[in-house]
Amino acid sequence: MIKPNRALVAGAIAAALSFAAPAQAQQQKLKIGFISTFSGPQGVMGQFMKESVEIALDQLGGKVGGLETEMFYGDDQVKPDVGVQVAEEMLKKHQVDFVSGIIWSNVMLAVVPVVTGAGKIMVGSNAGASPLAGAQCNELYFTTSWNNDQTPEAMGKYLQDNGVNDIYVMAPNYQAGKDMVAGLKRYYKGRIVEETYTKLGQQDYQAEISQLRSKNPKAVFAFFPGGMGIQFLKQYDQAGLRGQIPLYTVYTVDEISIPAVRDAALGVWETRFWSPDIKVPASQKFVADYKKKFGKLPVFYGAQSYDSIMLIDSAVRATKGNLKDTKALVQEMRKANFNSVRGKFQYNVNHHPIQNFYLLKAVKTGNDIEMHIEKTIFTNHKDSYFQDCKMKW
Amino acid sequence: MTFSLVFEQLLNGLQYGVMLFLMAAGLTLVLGIMNMVNLAHGSLYMVGAYLAVAATQWTGSYVLGLVLGLAGTLVVGMLVEVIALRALYQRDHLDQVLATFGLILFFNELIAIVWGRAALFASPPDFLKGHIELFTGSRYPIYRVAIILVGFLIAVLLWYVVTQTRLGMLIRAGASNRAMVGALGINIRLLYTVVFGFGAALAGLAGILAGPIYNVQPGMGELILIQVFVVIVIGGIGSIRGAMVGALIVGIVDTLGRAFLKPLLGHVISPPAAESAGPALASMLIYLIMAVVLAIRPAGLFPARGG
Repeated sequence: MIKPNRALVAGAIAAALSFAAPAQAQQQKLKIGFISTFSGPQGVMGQFMKESVEIALDQLGGKVGGLETEMFYGDDQVKPDVGVQVAEEMLKKHQVDFVSGIIWSNVMLAVVPVVTGAGKIMVGSNAGASPLAGAQCNELYFTTSWNNDQTPEAMGKYLQDNGVNDIYVMAPNYQAGKDMVAGLKRYYKGRIVEETYTKLGQQDYQAEISQLRSKNPKAVFAFFPGGMGIQFLKQYDQAGLRGQIPLYTVYTVDEISIPAVRDAALGVWETRFWSPDIKVPASQKFVADYKKKFGKLPVFYGAQSYDSIMLIDSAVRATKGNLKDTKALVQEMRKANFNSVRGKFQYNVNHHPIQNFYLLKAVKTGNDIEMHIEKTIFTNHKDSYFQDCKMKW
Repeated sequence: MTFSLVFEQLLNGLQYGVMLFLMAAGLTLVLGIMNMVNLAHGSLYMVGAYLAVAATQWTGSYVLGLVLGLAGTLVVGMLVEVIALRALYQRDHLDQVLATFGLILFFNELIAIVWGRAALFASPPDFLKGHIELFTGSRYPIYRVAIILVGFLIAVLLWYVVTQTRLGMLIRAGASNRAMVGALGINIRLLYTVVFGFGAALAGLAGILAGPIYNVQPGMGELILIQVFVVIVIGGIGSIRGAMVGALIVGIVDTLGRAFLKPLLGHVISPPAAESAGPALASMLIYLIMAVVLAIRPAGLFPARGG
């Protein structure tokens, strides 16, 4: 039996390591952690987000801010505790410089203190929890999306301005559902026939649709995100109500749900800060590249995620890749000096975009059904919580 | 609250109950006869929906898609029984729960790999689109009427097979004394495989019917599975009759609760309180009923004899 000479092996390893170490130090790397939901029924949203991040990386040649970039993707499984666990692993084990992503407000509220507590910058790319826009705003927390209330506020404004009255309101029975209705009512002052709150994750809405019809409303406002929306749209259509009672929704009809419901989405209204057809060069390039690579239209979750990478890119570039200087990075990020898919925008004092909101409608173009921007409802709209944010800059 | 609205809601409840019954029938047979806790029943529901959507796209015919989807789920069910579950009959329920939970994860990922995570498009066939005018002056989707009819047809068929045929006799005998049936020269293994396959096909049928109104998506089965367990606990494990009654109770109570609890509560307590208590109470109504049934009749409303 030949025993390997331990000393020799150890020496060889030590030699290899001593050569490797300086090589690593020379090449500074940017590490970004991206947390989203990649498993379960909601995993499709995470998939669209990740794909959009890949488009951003492709456009930057794999170098965010001019630095070799390594991405770490983490699955939060829609659970705040899992989100925290994933974030901690990214921060401690992988030593990431930024954390981005996160779909759900409850996950965001749990993860933000972990990331900012470690002195790293969090760039939220979907969840718009109101506390983070107000009293709990943070130097190290930015978002490339919106505050939850803004989208239904836009719908409320549109309905109010157009004198739509007697609306029937439907939303799942949880915090975001109530927030959406509160946002609507901030601008809509007309009559509300009834507010119906359904079980979170409910599949069958036929009972609620029967109730709705019996009240004979002039219009319906609904918030059913994800799979709930697909089911609601199908059943609203099958009950013969589409085309009979106009349906105004938020976060319900998008590029994820349209392929699953097709004609059942036609004529449904949405409000949003962005749509694939927006006439902004950065967005048009993003949409074209996305379509080319994945053969489908991107969704707003993805557009926001694309923006989060571009925002990080602008700040790292401006600070010449000095990742240690967090203060300087924050200063640069506040300028929002990048080509956003929503066009040029400014950050409010709470690090939330001041941005436009549009009225969208699902229309048929050829064989496809797409969301089209019909009109601008808000220009440079600020959220309703920034006054509670004590940050000064 | 008018008569016509109550009638329409009863119809809605009936339709939901029928859907639950199709799921519960297979599950209760497997649980009652094989003494096997099969959490992966929801996965077979999902497999049925996906196979039917794929087959419909492939053949261009809804009916062919339905038939192929059913046959496919039957085969998948039998394969699952032979490959995975057969080894678990002698183990305790916890092992079965663990193993079948593993199957759920396996099937969800498999479907996601093959068809992707995004929901697939599924719509009723053209001959079942549109609505009928109810005598109350309201409209009702034809597709949901069709679901009710199919559900009752299956119920009658099942009743016939279980009580009037030789296969049904063997199934009942196998449930009360497995060893004796085996000793009499019946291939009990094959019998179990067949029963499991048909249970799977029933779940597949529920999935196929659910496709056009719900979501054809990985994990779709788990959303309905909990209600189905409530159904078989209320109805009595192993009893087809119990599954039918339990499903109709759950379907109707859940629907009426969602529709009328809030306005009714509004008469008793203040409207704002009813506004928040109504939906909360409505979503736990079926569990309350289950608790009451368990307290009064721990074996369910129609406990299967023997076993």
